[in-house]
Amino acid sequence: MTALSSQFPIIVAIVPLLAAPICALFRGTTLPWAITTIISGITFYVSIQLMIAVIQGGPISYELGGWAPPWGIEYVVDLLSGFMLILISAISTGVLLFSRESITREVPDHQLGLFFAAYLLALTGMLGICITGDAFNVFVFLEIMSLSSYALIAMGANEDRRALTAAFQYLIIGTVGASFYLIGVGLIYMMTGTLNIADIAARFPEIEGARPILAAAGFIVIGLAIKLALFPFHVWLPNSYTYAPSIITAFFAGTATKVGVYLLIRFIFTVFGVNYSFGGLELTDILLPLAVLGFLSMSVVAIYQTNIKRLLAYSSVAQLGYIILGIALASESGLMATIVHIFNHAIVKSGLFLSVGCMFYVAGSVYLKDLHGIGRRMPVTTFGFVLGGLGLIGVPLTPGFISKWYLVVASIEHGGVIGYGLVALLMVSSLLAVIYIWRVVEVAYFRDIPEGAEKKEAPLSMLVPTWLFIAASFYFGIETTFNVGIAKATAAFLMGGS
Amino acid sequence: MMFTLETHVLLSLIIPLLGAIGIALTSSVPNIRETVTLVTSVLLCLNVFSLLPGIMNGAEPAVLLAEIVPDIGLALKVEPLGMTFAAVASSLWIINSIYSIGYMRGNNEPRQTGFYICFAIAIAATMGVAFSGNLLTLFVFYEVLTLSTYPLVTHKKNADALKGGRIYLGILIGTSIGLFLPAIIWTWTLAGTVNFVKGGILEGHASAGVTGVLLFLFMYGIGKAALMPIHRWLPAAMVAPTPVSALLHAVAVVKAGVFAVLKVVIYIFGIDFLTTTGAAEWLTWVAAYTLIAASVVALTKDNLKARLAYSTISQLAYVVLGASMATSMAVAGGALQIVMHAFGKITLFFCAGAIYTAVHKTEISDMRGLGRQMPVTFIAFLIGSLSIIGLPPLGGSWSKFYLMLGAAEADEIYLMIVLLVSSLLNIAYLLPIVARGFFYPPLGQSDEPVPVGYEKSDFSWRNIQEAPLFCVLPPVLTALACVVLFFLADPIVRLIEPILTP
Repeated sequence: MTALSSQFPIIVAIVPLLAAPICALFRGTTLPWAITTIISGITFYVSIQLMIAVIQGGPISYELGGWAPPWGIEYVVDLLSGFMLILISAISTGVLLFSRESITREVPDHQLGLFFAAYLLALTGMLGICITGDAFNVFVFLEIMSLSSYALIAMGANEDRRALTAAFQYLIIGTVGASFYLIGVGLIYMMTGTLNIADIAARFPEIEGARPILAAAGFIVIGLAIKLALFPFHVWLPNSYTYAPSIITAFFAGTATKVGVYLLIRFIFTVFGVNYSFGGLELTDILLPLAVLGFLSMSVVAIYQTNIKRLLAYSSVAQLGYIILGIALASESGLMATIVHIFNHAIVKSGLFLSVGCMFYVAGSVYLKDLHGIGRRMPVTTFGFVLGGLGLIGVPLTPGFISKWYLVVASIEHGGVIGYGLVALLMVSSLLAVIYIWRVVEVAYFRDIPEGAEKKEAPLSMLVPTWLFIAASFYFGIETTFNVGIAKATAAFLMGGS
Repeated sequence: MMFTLETHVLLSLIIPLLGAIGIALTSSVPNIRETVTLVTSVLLCLNVFSLLPGIMNGAEPAVLLAEIVPDIGLALKVEPLGMTFAAVASSLWIINSIYSIGYMRGNNEPRQTGFYICFAIAIAATMGVAFSGNLLTLFVFYEVLTLSTYPLVTHKKNADALKGGRIYLGILIGTSIGLFLPAIIWTWTLAGTVNFVKGGILEGHASAGVTGVLLFLFMYGIGKAALMPIHRWLPAAMVAPTPVSALLHAVAVVKAGVFAVLKVVIYIFGIDFLTTTGAAEWLTWVAAYTLIAASVVALTKDNLKARLAYSTISQLAYVVLGASMATSMAVAGGALQIVMHAFGKITLFFCAGAIYTAVHKTEISDMRGLGRQMPVTFIAFLIGSLSIIGLPPLGGSWSKFYLMLGAAEADEIYLMIVLLVSSLLNIAYLLPIVARGFFYPPLGQSDEPVPVGYEKSDFSWRNIQEAPLFCVLPPVLTALACVVLFFLADPIVRLIEPILTP
């Protein structure tokens, strides 16, 4: 490794962090946007380099400031965190490419510097959570991400003032979640005397019977469940996604909740270990019913939405149910399904929210009643939405199919009444997805175009990134070497590490 | 031969897709656009038939397109049954393209470019189904076929189309995702493979009970085979323009369904395995019930396309029946039925569309005396009907013959009765249409009473007002093909014979 590339782990987190205040200094639209996009692109490049290094030489450990762990903070890149880094930075970069036209329409010019500063901070937080190997440092990054995201969501107030209450609601609930997490980490620190995740994991078997550890595990799991919007802790999510600016919704839908899932996987499989999580804690009994209730009830709720962003938000909560189900099944194939679906859903959902962003740009509304005949007004955008919707349903050749395949395989392997019951419920849930996507399709293609509505497409600078996501989703639905291959290796690594 | 067999297999998918792109590019010049469709269909047909000699010599060209799931690729592999299906679909696409041009222009239908594009994609999907090398590939193209035909079914974009489209998509996607997909994944976890292998892959991996459940999932998961009670999508699909009903809902889509049924029975379960476990017995009776019940319903329908739709449901059940009896003769009958019924039924739909284009009539009761005005159409209709009923010298007689042989081989005397009754019902719902057309006076008129011995022909050249040539020529061609096929049954049986003998 050259001198620079040996510093890559810190570069991923520090570059967006340092760029954020610079961004805040600038006025105007182009410059902050360009800086943010370039910075995001850099993190994407560095993430790929890190992943290549991990695949070639195994996990990378980086000592922050030269202090060896457990005294100093350690940054760790392994398969799972490398995978998450690539996913987050890729989605962020794609969304930013889209953002210029969209955000200047939705957020006032004088706020744009601050907007992009907050965006960079949110990016820092997400990347930091994934790369750090220190449980307290996770909390720090979690707060960086959360605080900046409250601000970002509130910036939707220019279009709809309900964004303010949505942000406030998220602030309250998110803070509770973060505090729970902090309490849990505190208890663990009390019992083990270390905050380094690898250290905690190594000492965990000696103390796992202790009551404070049980409490810690409870606080951490619930805290993270709130952060990742697991049913029934999801109430903040639909509001935030609905009223946030379009690009923020697209960015968060692909990344924010996924970071929570990443942490949950990290704690359940690396820190607690499979034996304790599913033997001592019996997490399957807790997570499995919540996951199933989540994907069924939220899919039903999505059917009745009149606002497309809200519809997709509820669908996100449902999809998180699938993701958690994979964890709850506590098997290698289940975990693999989870990791694959984190990736697949992120791409599909971001693409969908971007196409809704295009519709909002032209039609000025995301309510179904205002989008009659949108399929004929904006054929390119709407067709992209339909293709993305097929991905949510899980039609073959889309990535959603791959995820569903592995989830069903994991359920059948689980066996018994529960396993086969799950297969049936998964299928029911996909059919519910058909219904909520087709409601939009029917409105888009079968209703008459309202009088005076102009027929025009969103600008190319928005269409191209949107279609980039849609095309990528089909690419990863057909050529699955990257997503499935890495998910498989990661799942084997995490289960084997127990 | 210019290319290797493998290249030809790939080309079968690529040609219609390129055609779709060509149609999109030439959308502003309708004449060139239609030329693209015709050229594409001819190229595809030549391409498919260039595979035929190789397949007859026992070659099995295989192509791996991509690995979707590790160990299960998107794989194409040509075997005799798929070859037959592809040959039928691709040759009928040429005739149907001619007909589409006549029909769509004759009726001034809007959005024709989208129509031809979706049509080409649907044909590509059909080729994919025909040449699929494993269950996953079959499923992928099966779904592409459903989705690409949805815009065709809802072409009219009115309330009826919307409703029909909902039923169409709801049942087809519902059954395929709800039952077919779990069945595939279950098969994979049981057998460790989903490849189509001669003799089946489940033997030794599944108990009799599991086999029964799997068979149920497959048969009702393949909604396109229209077994009762999941047949409702087919009548619903009749809101589509007639060329769609003709090629897709009498040939490509429904045949993709029964073709999938045959593939699953032959290559996944294995004929012998099904016979020994007896798991398919219920299926025989469901198929027999569908066969009779759909014919009875057809009798009650006054709308011509609805009657033909129920007739199709009944005729599809013949194929499922052949598969479920699991004897080599019956399966051969099922395979022949795919070919013979395709030509017969497309003729009938062509005629229905020609009548609609010429006089805008859809109800059978309004078609009295129409044979005098449109004799060519009605004669073609008669030939198609006779082929479907199964009278020699028409192709349809062979499939019924082999099914009878199969029933005899399986010692199922009741099934022979079912087949006979069904043929009678076919006569009852098809022939009156022709008889009324020729022998009754047109609506609102009455023939003068003529004493016996002084009858004159009602026929006169002045009365003839056929639909445009492009609408009339196709049914004539397919009706002739029904006759020709009577003499071609032997080569077809020889083509599919290798898969029936272990």
